[in-house]
Amino acid sequence: MITGQELGGLGCSVKRKEDARFIRGQGKYVDDVQLPNMTYLHLVRSPFAHARIERIDTSAALEIPGVLAVITGEDLAKANLSWMPTLSHDQQMVLATGKVLFQGQEVAAVVGETRFAAADGAAAVRVDYEELPVLIDPHQALEPEAPILREDREEQTNHIFHWESGDREATDRIFSEADVTISQDMLYQRCHPAPIECCACVADWDATNEKMTIWMTSQAPHAHRTVFALVAGLPEHKIRIISPDVGGGFGNKVPVYPGYVCAAVASLTLGRPVKWTEDRTGNLSSTGFARDYHMRADLAATKEGEIRALRVKTLADHGAFNAAAQPSKFPAGLYNICTGSYDLENAFVEVDGVYTNKAPGGIAYRCSFRVTEAAYLIERAVDVLADELGMDAAELRRKNFIQPDQFPYETSLGWTYDSGDYEAALDRALEIVGYEDLLREQEEKRARGEIMGIGISSFTEIVGAGPGKTFDILGLEMFDSCEVRVHPTGKVLARIGVQTQGQGHETTFAQILAEELGIPVADITVEHGDTDTAPYGLGTYASRSTPVAGAATAIAARKIRDKAKKIAAHVMEVAEEDVEWKDYAFRVKGAPDRSVSMADVAFAAYTNTPQGVEAGLEAVNYYDPPNLTFPFGTYVCVVDVDKGTGEWKVRRFVAVDDCGTVINPMIVEGQIHGGLTEGFAISAMQLIDFDENGSIIGSNFMEYLLPTAVETPTWETDQTVTPSPHHPIGAKGVGESPCVGSPAAFVNAVVDALSPFGVRHIDMPITSYKVWKALREAGVAD
Amino acid sequence: MATTTSIAVTVNGTERSAQVEPRMLLVHFLRDELGLTGPHIGCDTSHCGACTILLNGVPIKSCTMFAVQADGQSITTVEGLTRNGDLHPVQDAFKEDHGLQCGYCTPGMMLAGAALLASNSDPSETEIRMAISGNLCRCTGYQNIVKAIQRASRAMAGNGAPERGKTEGGEA
Repeated sequence: MITGQELGGLGCSVKRKEDARFIRGQGKYVDDVQLPNMTYLHLVRSPFAHARIERIDTSAALEIPGVLAVITGEDLAKANLSWMPTLSHDQQMVLATGKVLFQGQEVAAVVGETRFAAADGAAAVRVDYEELPVLIDPHQALEPEAPILREDREEQTNHIFHWESGDREATDRIFSEADVTISQDMLYQRCHPAPIECCACVADWDATNEKMTIWMTSQAPHAHRTVFALVAGLPEHKIRIISPDVGGGFGNKVPVYPGYVCAAVASLTLGRPVKWTEDRTGNLSSTGFARDYHMRADLAATKEGEIRALRVKTLADHGAFNAAAQPSKFPAGLYNICTGSYDLENAFVEVDGVYTNKAPGGIAYRCSFRVTEAAYLIERAVDVLADELGMDAAELRRKNFIQPDQFPYETSLGWTYDSGDYEAALDRALEIVGYEDLLREQEEKRARGEIMGIGISSFTEIVGAGPGKTFDILGLEMFDSCEVRVHPTGKVLARIGVQTQGQGHETTFAQILAEELGIPVADITVEHGDTDTAPYGLGTYASRSTPVAGAATAIAARKIRDKAKKIAAHVMEVAEEDVEWKDYAFRVKGAPDRSVSMADVAFAAYTNTPQGVEAGLEAVNYYDPPNLTFPFGTYVCVVDVDKGTGEWKVRRFVAVDDCGTVINPMIVEGQIHGGLTEGFAISAMQLIDFDENGSIIGSNFMEYLLPTAVETPTWETDQTVTPSPHHPIGAKGVGESPCVGSPAAFVNAVVDALSPFGVRHIDMPITSYKVWKALREAGVAD
Repeated sequence: MATTTSIAVTVNGTERSAQVEPRMLLVHFLRDELGLTGPHIGCDTSHCGACTILLNGVPIKSCTMFAVQADGQSITTVEGLTRNGDLHPVQDAFKEDHGLQCGYCTPGMMLAGAALLASNSDPSETEIRMAISGNLCRCTGYQNIVKAIQRASRAMAGNGAPERGKTEGGEA
């Protein structure tokens, strides 16, 4: 009898199938695509944050040897392509016409025989600008004297939207009668996912077959195909998007960017393949930024520490175009998950979005649609309340957790949490870290004038959108899919609607199938990313691959099993009702030794089909989840602070995650390591800033700091397992939890370290300088 | 078009000569002219290390060197780590310890690791972290990369393979 371990089924740390090519340098990324007769595209970008374009002179560029074409916004306008829709009911310039709205904005595209010719051509495009007043501070965007940025909109205001959730009056009432209230302003700063591979595409128009193939760094190739069909007017069956190996995404590769559109237009125009590869400055200064939420969190509580209500007011800086990657009915994403792990009487949240002269975006950077901002807000606010009450931060959390018997739990802001045991995760984390000992140590150190801090974050996430009726991207319901074919010899080809950027789908989805079909992982190939072959799906972001496409995969496999059972009965010459699927084989009930494997049945499906049963063994499932999933966990961070320099170092970081059923523990741990590192980066160094002229500070890796192996702490991971009751295999998704949950743990730790000096909050990124300044103000810096 | 210069470079043990523009970056030469797409481009400013190769055994960033500067020298790319179909211990270890996710930084990271082991067969964790600090990874948090290099170090000590590591890190 074969075991799950032998199959590589659920819970096995199967080594990754995709690694064979990566460790040999044989991964195929977009920039590795070389086609005969290929040309190169280089973008001309605006040096100004806000300026009127007076004239674009392309004549010198066109004279450069090897330059084939220069495309401007005016050229695109003739084909009605100078603007394109964003994912958030707005439009965005492909190439600027009239005026530019942020530094780095795309103004013209130059196509050359070589990358050098294209770059030379771009340098020779002359653009005359008249500079306009720049709007950088979102708080000024709504003031009467602020320049109006968007001339194309009917409403001449910088205000984009007002969104609210919850009961304002009931919440205000609780605040007016509460024993204790706190109010804390906090900025979740503008940052950028900065995958090591920048965005790129190769557009190849085949005039004979009238077919456009685009290799694209895409987290959502099917959705991008539909967008191309709708925007460019190409028939959808004549568009093929291939997202090959992707060098990290983290949300950066969800939107459609001007470079893609320009390359497609250039290929259509020239009849030759066109490659566009973004440089790092282009990536950091023009593609989807994240966060930029200016938040105020108020908590109302009893003096015993029972949290009663949360009130949130937020100003969201969306940059020049509202290109937030959100489900269309959610302008602030899933931000109203901000009640977190706590059982509150009521809550009210409001968000106002504004335009500024900054790059567009608001993408979900390793985040399920603003859940990162929400988790940071509540976990930070709870610590501020603990400080106000003089209560232990762990005890305050414990006192207010939603209890296991309250699930499914309806939050006051309308979400229904599927399952959770928050106290178990907290207890486990505190036990591993040795919380009581740490508190004692801290007391002793404080007495000696040494500075250490302990930070806790007990976050709850919300991932795995759909359900499709509630969640859609540009009207496309957020289902996902899997198609499974079992070959006659029992080998499997599966294709999925989601797309890996390093998460290991080729392995983990094979493991789901191995578990469901009793076929070893080695005999299963999982493909994705090619819209000509994969079933339609909405893509990989918002931790939705496992919750949605993972469910589709299990269901498709079960469909296969249903059909296979009929064939198994036929092969074993028993009635179907006498056959059961047990221990990875079809067995005769009561005589389990009489069995046939899935491979045996597969062979029969092509060679010995029973009467009335369709030949072959294939299934497809489009899965629309009944609810989202709600992973959770507790993180504890211990920091030591240097009084002389303000440098803070993470001494310990314990992460206890609960993502429901674990498919591959090795991969889950890897995801947690990576997410914690990005959370650390955000809390310590990642910042996209601007000077008063709107010039970006953070447009390369000299200014936009990413942690190396030297700064990155060592992570200690552990888990509790609370399966999702509605997911076919009980899995919840994990890729984003560590990036969502950890920033508050870092900040809480540093603030806890400084709390004896009256520090209650420091905005991220917490640099040594900020800490040193706080220590100096308190008169304790060395 | 700019004038071209002729160069001769030993790449993964094979002599390669070509006419290149003086301003052609070494990484473009390797990728576009020789079809060695293992070195990747990630930042343009020498920070990310995705383009790391070994020049005479020393890890360098091939985006910050012109192809003409490599004339007469010996280069190892990730494609040259595998010998006669046998993986370098670092390659095995990266897979074994889940030292990679998206794979984009992996070639540079493995070369940095292989070069370290060629000169220091038993590095401490701190030495490993220092040795790969010119290579950025956004996926793994480095922990499993460090583990993988430690595993490779043990494997090379166990089977007398340090010499092989030296070979990889040295004359290709």
